[in-house]
Amino acid sequence: MSDVLDRVKRIVVDRLGADEAEVTLEASFKDDLGADSLDVVELVMELEDEFDLEISDEDAEKITTVGEVVNYIQSHT
Amino acid sequence: MKHRVVVTGMGVVTALGKDLDTFWNNITNGKSGVSHIESFDVSEYPTQIAASVKDFNPEDYIDRKEARKMDRFVQFAVTAASSALRDSGLNIAEDTDPERVGVMIGSGIGGLGTWEDQHNILLQKGPKRVSPFFIPMMIANMASGHVSILFGAKGPNSTAVTACATGTHSIGDSYKLIQRGDADVMICGGAEATIRPTGLAGFCSMRAMSTRNDEPEKASRPFDSGRDGFVMGEGSGVLILESLEHAQKRGAKIYAEVIGYGLSGDAHHMTEPDPNGPERCMKMAIRDAGIDPNEIDYINAHGTSTPVGDRSETIAIKRALGDHAYKVAISSTKSMTGHLLGAAGGVEGVICGLTLQNGVIAPTINLDNPDPECDLDYVPDEARQCDVQVAMSNSFGFGGHNATIILKKFEA
Repeated sequence: MSDVLDRVKRIVVDRLGADEAEVTLEASFKDDLGADSLDVVELVMELEDEFDLEISDEDAEKITTVGEVVNYIQSHT
Repeated sequence: MKHRVVVTGMGVVTALGKDLDTFWNNITNGKSGVSHIESFDVSEYPTQIAASVKDFNPEDYIDRKEARKMDRFVQFAVTAASSALRDSGLNIAEDTDPERVGVMIGSGIGGLGTWEDQHNILLQKGPKRVSPFFIPMMIANMASGHVSILFGAKGPNSTAVTACATGTHSIGDSYKLIQRGDADVMICGGAEATIRPTGLAGFCSMRAMSTRNDEPEKASRPFDSGRDGFVMGEGSGVLILESLEHAQKRGAKIYAEVIGYGLSGDAHHMTEPDPNGPERCMKMAIRDAGIDPNEIDYINAHGTSTPVGDRSETIAIKRALGDHAYKVAISSTKSMTGHLLGAAGGVEGVICGLTLQNGVIAPTINLDNPDPECDLDYVPDEARQCDVQVAMSNSFGFGGHNATIILKKFEA
């Protein structure tokens, strides 16, 4: 869990220019971390590469918070 | 009613300086910005030199998250526009109606580096790994787009894409927008960042660039008999144009007045110049300015240092100015800055503004043995003190696009 969260955090901080402290499990990519729709697409690509998995467009649309990403990754790897 | 248009702010990013003072000091001291290309391995390229902008860290000027989504040419444009706005003292949100402030910062080529990077990803990793930012980063209009977003400029917004004439068209078109009352302020100029493998290879294949690799500082030598092509530069030049009423109302400092604009098409060949086009372009600008050709004191030439281009421009100047061609001071500052392609007109517009302001003409360096067919006064090697009243700037681009602007010392 902590390992996945740390890796997700690192990507989010790098891609969205967010402060690490802001990247909590509850944080919404769009509402709290300032991501627009293209940022989210790019983020999903990064996560796919980082965790070697494929996230379908349908699934990607449902993921809105950091916690949802972490859960998704844990249940798919 | 025609509004008078003045230059109230300027900014540059070039190999010879990222601020006006350093830049002006270097070009009036005849310094070359050309050096060996270090940003990638050039060992297989016939041309291995360029006027690269070194030590440019976009995060010094732009928020990191935003900078990541900008091609290098946009980063240059935003940096130059930001400097120009600061120089003008104009705060768009507080001092004026944002809907009367426009942007026209063109690029000859656009995001070539982004294109290369993403094409490599496409080949190596497949289509699903191409960045969602590829298209918005690459398109040539994004300098105008980003600058408007960052500074809240909601007025006329567009982009000229006329190869090496881009910067001058951007300034000229902006001047006309203000003159006819469609805007009070225009942020205008050009930006380019093509010192990349495909950019270098493409111009090499055209045999358009100098191969004087062992003497980079002597490679750009406009009007000299030993010239063998242009040297690529990169960067941006941006001017703040403003209606005279608007500038005076806020007590702005005024560098110069823009008084004329001409543009034409050679209708001749993709890349070979025809002096008729530039001749008509200069004549149109002179007519637009309502001056006599004899009143022109200085021409900042297109002068790229290609064998045919410099000869063609010399012929065109003689036809446009008649006998006065032999009296006017002409220089090609590309001998120092390299050829910034779509940004050249922006940078050279800034140089004309500084020339009028300071009464000094920057030289054409490396003019050791003038080409017998280039027999005008190109202000060789040393800057010249001269109380320039009227300055003209020429830019000509592939496709046969020509643009000329005329600036005058401001008198109320």
